[in-house]
Amino acid sequence: MSSGVAVDLEDIWVRFGDFVAVKEANVAINGGDFFSFLGPSGCGKTTILRTVSGFLDPSQGTVRIGGKDMAGIGPNKRPTALIFQNLALFPLMKIWENISFSMEVAGASARERRKRADELLDMIALNGQGDKMPAELSGGQKQRVAIARALCANPDVLLLDEPLSALDLKLRQHMRTELREIQQRVGITFIYITHDQGEALTMSDNVAVMKDGVIDQIDTGHNVYDHPSTPFVASFVGETNMFRGKVKKINGSEALISTNRSGDLLSRITPTQVGKMSVGDDAMMFIRPEALQLGANKKDEKSTISANAVNEEFEGNSFSVFLEGDGGKSIKMSVPNVGQDNISVRGQNLSLHYDSNNAITMPAGELASE
Amino acid sequence: MKKKMIFSDFFRNNGLGMGSLLIGLVGFWLIFLIILPQLSMLDYSFRFNLPPAEQGGPKDVYTLSNYQHLLYGSDTSHQTYNSVDLKVFLRTILAAMLVTLFNIILCYPLAYFLGQSKGSRTVRLLVVLLIIPYWINEILRAFALRIIFGDSGLLNEALMFLHLTSEPIDFIRQDIALYAGLGYAYILLMLFPMYNVIESLDRNQIEAARDMGASWLRIHRRIVIPHAKPGIVSGATMVFMLTAGALAAPQILGGPSSLWFTQLVYQWFNDSLNWQQGAAYAIVLLISTIIIVLTVMRIFKVNMGDIGK
Repeated sequence: MSSGVAVDLEDIWVRFGDFVAVKEANVAINGGDFFSFLGPSGCGKTTILRTVSGFLDPSQGTVRIGGKDMAGIGPNKRPTALIFQNLALFPLMKIWENISFSMEVAGASARERRKRADELLDMIALNGQGDKMPAELSGGQKQRVAIARALCANPDVLLLDEPLSALDLKLRQHMRTELREIQQRVGITFIYITHDQGEALTMSDNVAVMKDGVIDQIDTGHNVYDHPSTPFVASFVGETNMFRGKVKKINGSEALISTNRSGDLLSRITPTQVGKMSVGDDAMMFIRPEALQLGANKKDEKSTISANAVNEEFEGNSFSVFLEGDGGKSIKMSVPNVGQDNISVRGQNLSLHYDSNNAITMPAGELASE
Repeated sequence: MKKKMIFSDFFRNNGLGMGSLLIGLVGFWLIFLIILPQLSMLDYSFRFNLPPAEQGGPKDVYTLSNYQHLLYGSDTSHQTYNSVDLKVFLRTILAAMLVTLFNIILCYPLAYFLGQSKGSRTVRLLVVLLIIPYWINEILRAFALRIIFGDSGLLNEALMFLHLTSEPIDFIRQDIALYAGLGYAYILLMLFPMYNVIESLDRNQIEAARDMGASWLRIHRRIVIPHAKPGIVSGATMVFMLTAGALAAPQILGGPSSLWFTQLVYQWFNDSLNWQQGAAYAIVLLISTIIIVLTVMRIFKVNMGDIGK
């Protein structure tokens, strides 16, 4: 398979009456990428997908697929295939008829359709199930049939609208791997919509994080997690501890933050803000639960936090320890399970330290609501 | 075993008192309002029309003569067929089928529009507007249509005003008023089952088919109609049964020459006071329509259970 077809969104705006669903979206998706739009419900990610699929015309801006402007081209004429959130399999058609529906539309003979459907059934490891009805399959099998049906028309771009959200946790994790494998096998561009950061991080080459119709950050999953560019991204993707405060001292990309309740703490300024922040600015500093470690940092008190243990939860592979710092500041720490019975006892005073590279600072802004 | 479970669940959910009351009412309805009257009609249809003094006497025996009368026009001779009554019977059945077909064609687009616009306020208002005329008595509605279709009725006046015709069209004599009245009488019973099933169709299925390039025709043929089939058949069954058994519209809107089979039944009961003969005619109509409905259901592969949905 050739390396897939690129999708470009240029200055896309979508308005519904007074409501602006998507604001000034500029996204360049490389051919053959697994690209995710990640955001809470109502952030406009599905709206963006619908402008790519052609079910919705943007109020302004250009959608290009493979360099070609898609304005005025209907969903049936675009080289895209859409997988719906509820899959939308046709319940009254057999599996093979479902898979080959796009060929039926194109006027292919029953024999050709059956042959192609059987090939695709092989690919999704459902060989011999072609004569069943959708209701006879399990959730994961239906999922795979929906993928096969979308791939049947040989689309250049596959659009997936939260297709895993209806599955249970175990199956969802399994399907992540499988989706990624299928994508790498067929080599076409996947655009994936999700509110689940785990899905976005595990499968995607690149992730766009959205909030209220605005794309906050487009980056690799790794960078979105480790170098969030806004407080929203930092708090939406993964768990984190947030410390409010003011910038006290800046040294290159390093900043000393005078936090409201936890004293002066050392951190790194997020890459996009290096050189843009100055002393006295309102800042937010984020430390992931797994970046916190037990014990004081002997060399530098500026990366040590003192807190009282409140509660802890055993998660299997780790312990989540909930603590209360000075002024009632709640802090969460994650400690890998390597055979300890427990980490703390209630009320115990603990010193936590972190590597200042793992604490990230940016100008104060809006957080993701819980 | 399974049935027992359902009954015990029923009593647990409703309590013994309320449960017995509900079952008693349903049983009363079934036995006294449906089964017993039909059985007595069946019994009547196999008896002679005797004066009261002879009823229960030696002459009161079972006979097929009432059915023979429909077939041959005479209780004894088998020489000629009863062409007058048989023609009326056949015409009634065919006309009821046509009315049903016409209703399907008329209701499908409307049901699709209503069903797919997912309960918006305008649509709900539209549905209410469709229902309101049915608060009016069936006979009054038929008379209203008679006035509209009359020589100096609204329709003729409008046609003449628009110079589409120079003299009034006799809608009554040409049975146009009759078919319009029959079509209108039970059209909601077609619309609502269709509307209900189409409303339950997942819109994503239509979008998925559209995404795969399907034309509107194919979307309807492959997705909407198969999904709506139980609703269509359920509506068609009711409209066909009720149209074939309609009395008010044919009485009021029928031309002088046109007779609906139910009018014959009515005449036997009311004018000739021959209940036995009337019962035989009614039973023939009932059995024939049931057979037709079951045949159509078989042809379209619809089960009884689907219709109840």
